Amino acid sequence: MAHKLLGQDFTPHDVVAKVTGEAKYAEDFRAEGMVFARLLSSPYPHARVKSIDATAALKMPGVVGILTPDDVKNPAPPEIPLLTLEPGYVGAPILLIAAEDETTAQDALEKIRIDYEPLPFHVDPLASMHPDKPDARTDGNVGASGVKFQTLKWTREDFANAGTRMPMGKPAQEWTFGDVDAAFAQCKLVLDESFVHSSNSHHSLEPRTAMAYWQNGKCILHVSSQSQSFIAPALAGMIGIPPTDLVLVAEYCGGGFGSKGGAYPLQALPAIFSRKINRPVMMRINRAEEYYHGSARLGFQGQVKLGFAENGKLLAADLYVIQENGACNSFYDFRNAPDALTVLYQPEAMRWRGLPVHANSPIRSAQRGPGYNQMVHIMEPLLDKAARELKIDRLAIRLVNAPDMNSPVGPQRNPVSSCYIKDALQKGAEIFGWQQRLARNGQRNGSKVTAIAVGQAFHPAGFSGFDGLLRILPTGMVHIHTGVGNLGTFSHSSTSRIAAEVLKLNWDDVVIERGDSRRNLPWNIGQFGSNTNFTMARTNFVAATDALAKLKEIAAKRFGGSPDSYDIDGKRVFRKGSPGTGMSYGEAAQRAIQLGGKYDGHELPKDINPMTQVSATAIAGTGLVGVAKDNLPMKGAPSAFAAAFVEIELDTDTGKYVIVEYVGVADCGTVIHPSGLETQIKSGAVQGFGVAGLERIVYDPQNGLPASVGLYQAKPPTYGDVAQRFRVAGVDKPDPSSPLGTKGIGEPLLGCAGSALLCAISEAVGGHAFNRTPVVPDMILNHLAGRPQAHGALQVNCQ
Amino acid sequence: MLRDMMPNFELYQPDSLDTALDLAHRLGENGWLVGGGQDSWDWLKNRTKRTPAVVDLSGIATLKGVRETDGGIEIGALTPLTDVENNALVRERYALLATAAGRVASPQIRNAGTLGGNLCQDTRCWYYRGGVDCYRAGGNTCYADTPEGQNREHAIFGASRCVAVTPSDTANALSALDASMVIHSRGGERIVPAAEFFVGPDVNIRHMTVIRPGEILTAIRIPGTWARAHFHFEKVADRAAWDFALLSVSAALRLEGETIRDARLVCGAVACVPYRLHAVEQALIGSARNEDAATRAAALAAEGAKPLNFNQFKIPLLQNLVRRAINGAGSAAT
Repeated sequence: MAHKLLGQDFTPHDVVAKVTGEAKYAEDFRAEGMVFARLLSSPYPHARVKSIDATAALKMPGVVGILTPDDVKNPAPPEIPLLTLEPGYVGAPILLIAAEDETTAQDALEKIRIDYEPLPFHVDPLASMHPDKPDARTDGNVGASGVKFQTLKWTREDFANAGTRMPMGKPAQEWTFGDVDAAFAQCKLVLDESFVHSSNSHHSLEPRTAMAYWQNGKCILHVSSQSQSFIAPALAGMIGIPPTDLVLVAEYCGGGFGSKGGAYPLQALPAIFSRKINRPVMMRINRAEEYYHGSARLGFQGQVKLGFAENGKLLAADLYVIQENGACNSFYDFRNAPDALTVLYQPEAMRWRGLPVHANSPIRSAQRGPGYNQMVHIMEPLLDKAARELKIDRLAIRLVNAPDMNSPVGPQRNPVSSCYIKDALQKGAEIFGWQQRLARNGQRNGSKVTAIAVGQAFHPAGFSGFDGLLRILPTGMVHIHTGVGNLGTFSHSSTSRIAAEVLKLNWDDVVIERGDSRRNLPWNIGQFGSNTNFTMARTNFVAATDALAKLKEIAAKRFGGSPDSYDIDGKRVFRKGSPGTGMSYGEAAQRAIQLGGKYDGHELPKDINPMTQVSATAIAGTGLVGVAKDNLPMKGAPSAFAAAFVEIELDTDTGKYVIVEYVGVADCGTVIHPSGLETQIKSGAVQGFGVAGLERIVYDPQNGLPASVGLYQAKPPTYGDVAQRFRVAGVDKPDPSSPLGTKGIGEPLLGCAGSALLCAISEAVGGHAFNRTPVVPDMILNHLAGRPQAHGALQVNCQ
Repeated sequence: MLRDMMPNFELYQPDSLDTALDLAHRLGENGWLVGGGQDSWDWLKNRTKRTPAVVDLSGIATLKGVRETDGGIEIGALTPLTDVENNALVRERYALLATAAGRVASPQIRNAGTLGGNLCQDTRCWYYRGGVDCYRAGGNTCYADTPEGQNREHAIFGASRCVAVTPSDTANALSALDASMVIHSRGGERIVPAAEFFVGPDVNIRHMTVIRPGEILTAIRIPGTWARAHFHFEKVADRAAWDFALLSVSAALRLEGETIRDARLVCGAVACVPYRLHAVEQALIGSARNEDAATRAAALAAEGAKPLNFNQFKIPLLQNLVRRAINGAGSAAT
């Protein structure tokens, strides 16, 4: 079907504001009488605060007040406390001081005397499972969403009997499908490998600054957030107010990568502090603090056993994943990981065991492809290893295992909504010239070796059940209300174009209402999990479909006949076959106001969320209101796939490499925004290169101090570290569960690039699988020199 | 804990060297000299080190620029690294330095950072920068030199209680060029050869250069000795930009035909000071510049190295870079 807007490039309205600097982030806002708050954070990885003496600080001229753990209501452990008397990592927030200026606030912090009782700590989840090793918390060591918070230790025998494999004691969660033992018995090749996937920081360019003040009983809160409507209930809960009393402003977000998808405590602190001292409070978080408070991807230690048939088909898999939680409850990457394995490689039988363990390291949260991308970073080089041993082409072994439209995912064996990874692999291979380039794979030029590789990745790509809201004004303009948030991908606009497409609008006729809850936003999911496209396509579709039905009904009421006898185009609704018999959208909107009831939002669907009801009620009477809950049918689990091809030239003298070319292909359904897709493929690749080959997160096991608390220490890629040439493409085949065929793609674009790079490095050094991320120059050099690696086999958070 | 919040201090912005010297003399240890600020502001904003007064030297025009001297050149200490990299005289005579300057950090930092600052910057040992009470910070331990220490970037030569390394890319290039440092104080000037300017922990565990309170590094003089020699500079870092060296090598060779008549090889990021490979130099003099010489040089380069747990890779890396410096493979300065 030819589309008017879909598949066309456009300039999102927020681009100009970002480029010119007009965009206002949380730190840019001011309010009369505003004070600055500074955080006092723990210098210990684990300690008990025995006493706080702020007397001298509070006497300082300009100091306005203090917020301590006694002033906040913390959630039940091990959820992230707002402020704490038992900090579990270096940097855990203990208290806030507010002053007329920021320097005074910082100076005042230095006058505060805290008596700490240092407690045992660790920065290695696997090692901490030993019965003689300390736990990260005093109230338990294992837990996650879906896993009871508990104390669980392994036995000495678990460690003593491990041999060269990872010690594996009792897991916290497990599942099995198929007959795993029988499947392994059929295998021609069995690989049994331990692995480490490092944690890595989110590096959000905008630190998580927040500013708050109170007016007429409402809290006006400026935050840095990927999401808008979705976080309001939880954030209001942290502040202790109903969501209707929260005015949430989050129009721009300087990067989140998953770490700002949900509500987080630092967003609530200025609001609580402002209520206490009755002054607007700005709490700036600086670059260094962002590394303490900004969270990181959950690291993995694990063991995976893979059984292959002679043709490379994966028959059996046995996976054990230990997840580093950080000190507090975080995410469930460990449970996502096996889903990526099941869907991308389709084993006939599989066992998964998982163990989320707390460590005395900062907060962890979802990061672009949580769990799924760690899994492909481990699996893809092992797939290459199997291909080498079975003497199969590395592309061919992926095609042998690749899922199709009816393939199942996860232990539930539910089908995917759509899958074109084979198309992506084949399209990418064609663009890249896989067959031709194989001829120069392994060629040496002095100390430099050329290597080519392929990688792939998967991520779920959507949800359902949220609401859509739009209104057609008497002016003829159409306001699309979107509460999805602004992660920086322009999805707030590209998904709104679904509604515009349904109503056959020109893009100039559309106003996007977003970024501030006072703009009457519907209940939408947050912008995370590669879901925005799929989920918001559906909400905007149902809202526009509702508006379209109302347009036709209004026309039928005016001109007679049934609504079905009417059509739309050119911002008019008219009788089919008689274009002159009809009215403009503006006239229809005016008519809707006159008719009232459901037409102008005075009567609302019963099944929409209370937030949408409030917003729709607020705009009722201003035009024709289209509002509906997404009750569209959905077949299978929305799924996004991506394939990547890379050529590198690795210098065996230095362990360094140049990424000569990168080709990324996305299975993202119908392409909604080509330039947005290109940006996503490239930026995902850049991030993947960083995770696979550069980024550091290091803690000293002696004192728990973090070594990577600056961009130059944590080492995300620079312009000079990325591919010299990028080429991108989309498969551009529709997802049948998405109204216009679109689906999300953001996250696999990291994983396919990271895995392709890891495979290329492995290929360049003779097929050695490091089974570890990142693979950095010293590891490459040690391997090439025949030296042992500096890190222990399963050591984490080290150099 | 890093604070990233600039504290209050008295700020002096002299526009002449005499005024700056008066200030440096009067303030003594209470005066912190700032060139481009790329090292200083980190310390002060993080409040890891304190000072009651800052003397900002950036307004002293006479401390900037490149001048010809008798047979060589003199570079003002406040000359931005970008200008050093792009200066025609430097490029024509001392491409080694131009290349090294161009590999410092990032374009933005090279625009702000100065050659003098790059030479005088403090070590990047993350323990020390993080504010722990190590030897270098006046304490009585080294956190990096332990079995569990995270010491990937640290020294393999010349450790003495402290295992921190020089982070400067230009220091080893200038050492290879036999440069001297011009240091002024109110009492006059003194000229200190690079080999004596940088000091290791065995000499002074609190400071990396011989500059004392009241003194200002005003210029760097490079003699004609190595002008237009065969140069090679190579820096290996994790990232292509905005990163400190895991290891760098500066080489200057004087050739007669294919025979090496004189040689300088100086390494960065392996010791607290630019580390000169005397034995390698001696072995090379009189040899043909060929693969055999490169191999012999590589074999000698790491003699005496004492790697730590996480930096053993520096040994093969040093050997490889020295071999490339001699056989001309890899990235070259000329």
